[in-house]
Amino acid sequence: VAMAGNAWRSMIHTVTMIPGDGIGPEISSAVMKIFEAAKAPIQWEERNVTAIKGPGGKWMIPPDAKESMDQSKIGLKGPLKTPIAAGHPSMNLLLRKTFDLYANVRPCVSIEGYKTPYTDVNLVTIRENTEGEYSGIEHVIVDGVVQSIKLITEDASRRIAEYAFEYARNNQRSSVTAVHKANIMRMSDGLFLRKCREVAETYKDIKFTEMYLDTVCLNMVQDPTQFDVLVMPNLYGDILSDLCAGLIGGLGVTPSGNIGANGVAIFESVHGTAPDIAGLDMANPTALLLSAVMMLRHMGLHEYGKKIETACFDTIRDKKVLTKDLGGNSKCSEFTADICRRVVDMD
Amino acid sequence: VQLLTDSHFNRHVFPPPPARYGGRHTVTLIPGDGIGPELANHVRELFWFCCVPVDFELVNVDSSLTAEDDINNAIMSIRRNGVALKGNLETNHNLPPSYKSRNNLLRTSLDLYANVMHCQSLPGVKTRHRNIDIMIIRENTEGEYSSLEHESVPGVVECLKIITRVNSLRIADFAFQTARQNGRRRITAVHKANIMKLGDGLFLECCKEVASGYPDIAFDTLIVDNATMQLVSRPQQFDMMLMPNLYGNVVSNVCAGLVGGPGLVPGANHGEHYALFEAGTRNTGRSIANRNSANPTAMLLASCLLLDHLKLPAYAHMIRRATLSTVTETRMHTADLGGQASTSDVIKSIRNAIQSTGPLTQSI
Repeated sequence: VAMAGNAWRSMIHTVTMIPGDGIGPEISSAVMKIFEAAKAPIQWEERNVTAIKGPGGKWMIPPDAKESMDQSKIGLKGPLKTPIAAGHPSMNLLLRKTFDLYANVRPCVSIEGYKTPYTDVNLVTIRENTEGEYSGIEHVIVDGVVQSIKLITEDASRRIAEYAFEYARNNQRSSVTAVHKANIMRMSDGLFLRKCREVAETYKDIKFTEMYLDTVCLNMVQDPTQFDVLVMPNLYGDILSDLCAGLIGGLGVTPSGNIGANGVAIFESVHGTAPDIAGLDMANPTALLLSAVMMLRHMGLHEYGKKIETACFDTIRDKKVLTKDLGGNSKCSEFTADICRRVVDMD
Repeated sequence: VQLLTDSHFNRHVFPPPPARYGGRHTVTLIPGDGIGPELANHVRELFWFCCVPVDFELVNVDSSLTAEDDINNAIMSIRRNGVALKGNLETNHNLPPSYKSRNNLLRTSLDLYANVMHCQSLPGVKTRHRNIDIMIIRENTEGEYSSLEHESVPGVVECLKIITRVNSLRIADFAFQTARQNGRRRITAVHKANIMKLGDGLFLECCKEVASGYPDIAFDTLIVDNATMQLVSRPQQFDMMLMPNLYGNVVSNVCAGLVGGPGLVPGANHGEHYALFEAGTRNTGRSIANRNSANPTAMLLASCLLLDHLKLPAYAHMIRRATLSTVTETRMHTADLGGQASTSDVIKSIRNAIQSTGPLTQSI
């Protein structure tokens, strides 16, 4: 449908693209190619987030990257190298702190064509990403006795619960389950649970249940179809989101999004940089692509998201041009080209 | 099923309490909540049927009371008898923190520091993965279950996770000794030391220290989120897994789910002086209580572990063989395994199996 040039141009959304390291650049360019083929109204602004030392001596992300994100509010990130002797903290941690990325969202949907022992998985894990067991507060009390502090606050718990219910509503999910261990950690998980219950009161259209972490694990590996949206504190979220990723086929096909305060959202692939195959046109861009689809949905561009996602799933289901990790022996560029072709054909 | 050996817990490290009163052992029995009481009855009746020289001292613990008298009685009884069999005690997590989990109180008061769960694929039980054989050793008293919490500022709660060198060395040593005794070749320690550098870092350090004293057993480590991912894609790669309390909770439930569910796997809790046997995943089963539909396998296998501990291998073998053959050969399955049998159907089948092995029993 033809549209007046100005109106169309004003609808283009800027997204900060952080290609990352290792296979990052190639999968990022694959995603950009597919978006171009789909004529998605996205304008990419590439930025590097390698930490630099700020004026006060504190490590921070480069100012041009921060500026771009603050303006665009939406980011797409490839895998980042974990520095060992670089002196600066993990970049992911830095990004999280800079933009207050408080919610990590992972939709886990079984991919038809990529067979795992679990079919029909369709759930979303929403993990509180700022506090809990990962507060990093540890002390040696006396020699041989260490205490790690798990921090649960009312505000963070309320915030994540509100996001979970809002997400459920916006994505037509029928129930939210709070995962906890309040039988043992009465005060901390009890507080988390209370906040979830309070928020549930204001979302009467969404069913709310509570379940112990161990019961969730037990039931998840037997019948994952009973779960819809799961909301939980940091550590349980870490474990469960990776467990669910394992159900659908691993980190190479799992999308992930981080929601921050002030409307910022960064979508990312959660696999590693795979330095052994970097630059060899062997990488699988599915994880980053599905994260980009998640991004489109977050931005309200549902038709583009559906188009690209369908093309991706069709390519995988067809099994003709799969990358090595999916069981084929095609190149990344061939896989990408196939998806592009399908996207164009859909118009 | 040859895999499940009878010398499962033929431990030389902790001798069982001596039999008293004419060669009969006294064992504390705590029925618990939910399906606990009915399963405890089945164990008692089966032991009577098989003429097992065990007398159960029944101690009821009412988990709805806030007073701790009941649980203290139970602890005293276990101190007296040295061994116990229990069902799960429900914890009302809406009560204030002063009401502690009864199960946790038992474990910490009696210093039952090692939780052992052996998850094995059983022929005849339909699961997505086959050939699983994992032994899980979980630290049972400290870590995230230290129950030390405080609200320093309103709306901000701190929960302390304690890891000590003494307990980490102790559980690691237990693991390596158990591995040796059971012919296990490899131990995988599960941790999150990349984030909890001091806490889990100390745990790992202790494991590595102990590992160096057992060169015949391979030792590697795995981060907990990766471990769960590996477990749902390729669980056959694991042999024995060793970890602190909370990760143990997650991993043991994942493994139990992989081999067929909470109705099949027994669990053992060992301390220096006491031993406590129960269903591995510690579920109350409130929704299926008193409906004659619970799977008695886990509880019965737990009672066999109890008999192993008391050095009564013949009885242990008899009951274990009959219980397992009912699951794997006769395939008398309760609802949780996709079947339609009732608990009493399964028990009857087990009795028949035992009766057919020889004249050791009471008449049916």
